[in-house]
Amino acid sequence: MNRSNNRFKALAAFTLLGVIASACAAPQSQPAPSEPTAAPQQPAPSEPTAAPPAAEPFIFGMVIVGPVNDKGWNEAHFKGAQYVVEKLPNVKFEYVDKVNPADRPNVKGSQVADEMIAKGAKLIIFNSDDFKDDALETAKKHPNIVVIHASGDYAWKEGKNYKGQPNLGNLMSKMEPGWMIAGCASALGSENGKIGTVGPLINEETRRYASAAYLGARYCWENYKKRDPKELQFKITWIGFWFNIPGVTLDPTKVADDFYNSDFDVVMSAIDTPEAAIQGKKAAEAGKAVKYHHYSYKGGCEPAPDICLGVHYYNWGPGYLDIVKRVLDGTYTATWTWAEPDWSDLNNPDTSAFGYLKGKALGAENEKFLDEFIKGLGDGSIVLWKGPLNFQDGSVFLKEGEVATDQQIWYLPQLLEGMEGPSK
Amino acid sequence: MNSTIPSQTTLPWLWRLPALVYRSGALIISLLLIGLIVLLSGASPIEVIGRMLVGAVSTPDQIGRVVATLSTLLLCAAGLVYTFNAGLYNLGVEGQVTFGAIATTFVLRLLYPEEATASLLPPPLTIALGILAGALGGVLWGLLAGALHVYGRISEIFAGLGLNFAATGVAIYLIFGPWKRPGVASLSGTQPFDESLWLGTFGQTEATPVGLGLGLLALLITIVVMRNTYFGLRLRAVGKNQYAAHVLGVPARQQLLSAFFICGLFAGLAGAIQVVGVFHRLIPNISSNLGFLGLLVVMLVNFDPLWVLPVALFFSALNIGSLQLPLSLGLESSLAGVIQGLLVLFALLGRGLAQRYAAS
Repeated sequence: MNRSNNRFKALAAFTLLGVIASACAAPQSQPAPSEPTAAPQQPAPSEPTAAPPAAEPFIFGMVIVGPVNDKGWNEAHFKGAQYVVEKLPNVKFEYVDKVNPADRPNVKGSQVADEMIAKGAKLIIFNSDDFKDDALETAKKHPNIVVIHASGDYAWKEGKNYKGQPNLGNLMSKMEPGWMIAGCASALGSENGKIGTVGPLINEETRRYASAAYLGARYCWENYKKRDPKELQFKITWIGFWFNIPGVTLDPTKVADDFYNSDFDVVMSAIDTPEAAIQGKKAAEAGKAVKYHHYSYKGGCEPAPDICLGVHYYNWGPGYLDIVKRVLDGTYTATWTWAEPDWSDLNNPDTSAFGYLKGKALGAENEKFLDEFIKGLGDGSIVLWKGPLNFQDGSVFLKEGEVATDQQIWYLPQLLEGMEGPSK
Repeated sequence: MNSTIPSQTTLPWLWRLPALVYRSGALIISLLLIGLIVLLSGASPIEVIGRMLVGAVSTPDQIGRVVATLSTLLLCAAGLVYTFNAGLYNLGVEGQVTFGAIATTFVLRLLYPEEATASLLPPPLTIALGILAGALGGVLWGLLAGALHVYGRISEIFAGLGLNFAATGVAIYLIFGPWKRPGVASLSGTQPFDESLWLGTFGQTEATPVGLGLGLLALLITIVVMRNTYFGLRLRAVGKNQYAAHVLGVPARQQLLSAFFICGLFAGLAGAIQVVGVFHRLIPNISSNLGFLGLLVVMLVNFDPLWVLPVALFFSALNIGSLQLPLSLGLESSLAGVIQGLLVLFALLGRGLAQRYAAS
């Protein structure tokens, strides 16, 4: 082996170190930090009275799939946990974020839960559908610890995947109406009826969300804009995960750009990160008449307020607060909760499971239509999960007049007829 | 000898220090740098190291995970001892782990189809066949890299990296395509295997006796082969000087391919253990980057298998203990990767300086 070859190989060794360092680095999808990324929260200030010795704080832990400052799903959960700490004295919150195979290669969700339990956590929350196996494993391993899997259905007795694990519960915001509102706003904001959606991965949750958005868009396109539903083009491109993982998922920046460059004048985001907003802003600055609709995080219109139609966001605080209270007083039993919004005040942080904020780009006239639509959803005068509805392959989903059950909605097997994009 | 670098004999006397001075000096500099980086991230270096090490051995779960990581790491490192001693930088070890895991998953799915309620063969036999398939998958991917290098004259580094991407691509295709969960295509991987196909563990921990046994056995065999056999001697001869070895009658090509074969075998076993012992399914990053970590371990011990066990144990402990950084200190756990990288980088630097400049 000659010397130049050895030097080349030594260079390769250093390259290897670089590869490992980059593998360990923070994900590229992570936005600029606006929050501390992993600082454990302090317990709420104890009462100022002097007398009794301070009781041990109640610790609950959260295993978070993405970064807590993602302006999306994960940040909403993080804020929900903070809400609990603010509302209850002597409660401490521990968390580890970015628990996914790309960011933490040798770390499993169940492993993080074990660590939290070893540090005294009495309640563990897993915040992603991807943690369903970890949540079940943790619940089985620690029968005295309450485990909550946000978005799953293992505790739903009437569901298909009921496990009967007495310490494993589920909590999910009933966001389907939120998606209908989002779809409606997008249709109202579109001039040419071409609505694109940057979708995450394909599962039951994302199928029913996309379908709800389509139903809302079709209703408002037809009833408020008085346009032919056949003119509506509703397309979804799945990137493969909730956020960009370079080399693994489709790049949501490119997906959003493809929509904007293909004459789609509204792009909806269904992922955790704001690529639709950022690329929309660039397209608008380049002279295109485009708008976007964000999802999941309250501040979703902030990246590009002038072209934002609105944002439907999760409000996990009330649901988590209820669970922690019930665990504290010993009355919690494993249940599947599909938390409803407060239709009388959607943006009430103490009562509603999701909220909706209108964006500047919606316009005053469309706002009136949207308010009417929201009112109709809330009072039950508008029911969109109602037949006749067909699946994408043409088979019947709901017959004329038939209203979908919770099970039919939750386990939606396909996208609906009229939507573009793969169902499976 | 490169004319721009002064040889030992032309160096001023001040530079002609014992090798130990260069090596320990490099270690001290690396520790100082690590301390500086930790300080800059707003924490105490002593506390960081302490938390990481204590966080690896405080509970049975933690010890179990250290052992589980060690098992895979030992297999990768043992395999890499052969390729390094043959003068090969087998960066493709990650792909060999991944392809081994794919092969194991293939056989397990074949013998326990999704619609079945039990394995077609007794579960221990199914697991054994799965592990065997993993080894064969690793061999296939290792030999592919070897063939590209030996017959195609492609650097083993680029061949390995390319095959890593290919193996990951195949895994992702299978997870999102033919092997996806019913109704779900997700990076969380394939449907977990039935518990009857999980390797038994020490108590409720994740450490498996089979995984640990295979790791230790692979290392033991490697120590014996490298120190006590003609094969090991010939391998080192090829690694030192391929041309001279050839002139002296050592079949260099055969030796190189053998090194790839053995490394692929052990890496494939590691992939199999990741499937049946750790994740119980195929996930995109099934190797957990432990192949890369194995490269660092073997480089740090100067390719001597005798020292692999303690260093691999230390790195496994750091790897598992690093979870304490976000949990206890609010720090990013990738700091552990920086610590590992700096230790290896400066160890290599110290060794290189010692070889070049040290007084004999």
